[in-house]
Amino acid sequence: MVDKTLELFDCGHRACGGCGAALAARLVMKGAGKDTIVVSATGCMEVFSTPYPETAWKVPWIHSLFENASAVASGIEASLKKQGRTEKVVIMAGDGATFDIGMICISGAFERGHDFTYICYDNEAYMNTGIQRSGATPYDASTTTSPAGSCSFGNKLPKKDMPQIIAAHGAPYVATASIAYPADLMQKVEKAINTKGPCYVQVHAPCCTGWGFEGDQTIAIAKLAIETGLWVNYEMVDGKVVKVKKVVKKPVGEYLTTQKRFRHLFKPKRQDAEIATIQAMADKNFEKYGIEIRLKKE
Amino acid sequence: MLEIVEGSHAVAEAVKLCRPQVVSAYPITPQTHIVEALADMVANCQLDADYITVENELSALSACIGASAAGSRVYSATTSQGLALMFEVCFNAAGMRLPIVMTIANRALGAPLSIWNDQQDSISLRDSGWLQFYAEDNQEATDLHFIAYKVCEDHSVLLPAMVCFDGFILSHVYEPVDMLSQEDVDRYLPPFNPYQRLDAADPISFGMYATPDYYHEFRYEIDNAAKRAKEVIQKAGKEFGTMFGRDYSALVEGYRLDDAETAIVAMGSICGTIKDAIDEMRAEGRKVGLLKIRVFRPFPSEEIAQALSNVKRVAVLDKDISLGAKGAVAIEVRDALYGSVTPVKGYVLGLGGRDVRKKDIKEIVSLVEKGVGDQFFGLRRELL
Repeated sequence: MVDKTLELFDCGHRACGGCGAALAARLVMKGAGKDTIVVSATGCMEVFSTPYPETAWKVPWIHSLFENASAVASGIEASLKKQGRTEKVVIMAGDGATFDIGMICISGAFERGHDFTYICYDNEAYMNTGIQRSGATPYDASTTTSPAGSCSFGNKLPKKDMPQIIAAHGAPYVATASIAYPADLMQKVEKAINTKGPCYVQVHAPCCTGWGFEGDQTIAIAKLAIETGLWVNYEMVDGKVVKVKKVVKKPVGEYLTTQKRFRHLFKPKRQDAEIATIQAMADKNFEKYGIEIRLKKE
Repeated sequence: MLEIVEGSHAVAEAVKLCRPQVVSAYPITPQTHIVEALADMVANCQLDADYITVENELSALSACIGASAAGSRVYSATTSQGLALMFEVCFNAAGMRLPIVMTIANRALGAPLSIWNDQQDSISLRDSGWLQFYAEDNQEATDLHFIAYKVCEDHSVLLPAMVCFDGFILSHVYEPVDMLSQEDVDRYLPPFNPYQRLDAADPISFGMYATPDYYHEFRYEIDNAAKRAKEVIQKAGKEFGTMFGRDYSALVEGYRLDDAETAIVAMGSICGTIKDAIDEMRAEGRKVGLLKIRVFRPFPSEEIAQALSNVKRVAVLDKDISLGAKGAVAIEVRDALYGSVTPVKGYVLGLGGRDVRKKDIKEIVSLVEKGVGDQFFGLRRELL
């Protein structure tokens, strides 16, 4: 059972007000519990939580480099095993560290089957370095390296399907979650922690600074991502989807208009063709995961 | 017990006797025989270690960081491109003060691709905070592993170490090695006692970020630890000598240097060739001696200055080159002799596995006697 009163990610860190990643860390740690060793990849969370000589982590924590968190975790797990210790190993890495620079280390560690839980807090760009695109950046999002311009609508590539890549490694438990659904997130982390072998939970964590919205809108925007089908919460056990979060479908425009990173799709004029492309991506998710709740007509 | 054994197998045997709990490595020529031998020992229950077969060298050393931070004695081995791929991990391991021991089977760096020996790989990591030992022969390569663990894990040091031995020239050569028993090693090297470790019962944060208010002092502390290591090496080397008869207390070692007019300074297996050449030159009445640098980091400046205080000239041999400048050893030896009037000439030689023979050493002595140096030695002019 998740102890919701447990605070292992403490206050006083340097995250922006309304930071989705900070909330993710707090919720993940409630799910993980105190017998946990956390390995952080370089990134926003690492920087805002451990400005020497202060730390927000009330569990043992280590940060080595940007790309090597899974390899460091592999070594920790091997060491604990050899010492007969029972602490759990949790990796906390952003989407850049996960989708891009850490891929080799991730592939090796998941292939070897170490017993750890990999949490990717996904804020869909390199926020620490100033909002550059990553493999997790959604189609048409404007970032500092995929800016919208007179001949560009922003990021030209769709988001990489990282959970499927992890599942293809034979990971016993893979899940997506969102800070908008804390109970679900904590339970998924708990389940991952208690599943033997390498598990993966990808957490949607909106970034007010990078996406361009007010800090009090973080949860609402995370919720809209799910309701529009641009983020799907699901669980995979042994490669098969066993549970999905169903929603009453909303058009993608309701999500896109909340954030400055998509502003160019609406101003100076509405880009119907681009919005239709994004709607088609959401529709595909609704179809693929069967997540639509159809309201009965009176 | 004296055994005729391949250098790599002798090193693997020494590592086994040090009882690492986690071994993490990736194959690369000419390091492979070491990690194959260790895998074999694990497969046959002769070594009780978790052996992580990682996907590249960056991960090999990263896994060592994790395991060391969690409280285990760890080991890795690599060379050349593999070490270059570890570049940022090397700085990281030293910065986190983790006593990792890694063997380097020295090899050239590409391009062009070369699997053969020189010392460019480890020399290029001289600024990383790792202690660096260079072995002349396989006996020394073997013994230096026991000493490296003892020194690194000393709480006044807490730095990683590279034990460097020349790829192929030593790693693949069979020669007699006096191997210690497990009992001997256990008496010399106590179990790993981490200064601090990742532990849920006593949480600490490793590898935080430091603002300009703190970073400068972190680097100062690492530098201090490296300098403190000098004394710890001397002590550990002396203790080894007392217990097993081979004294490694000296960071540099002279050979027929006492009355020498010309001193050759070098590191690694080339020292064996130099000693033979010196014996022949001495028989001809030429007053030549060798100063072997066994420990390159921490750099034994005072010891070098002292050892070379009476010679008339110095020839420094480098199997490396800081391109656009000079050989790294020559630069540092000259720095050690700053203020002295003794001329120091550098010779870059043997790169990418080019053989260095006794006649080459004699030719270099003739060159330095004429004041000619600071050059690539042994160039095939017809190719240029």
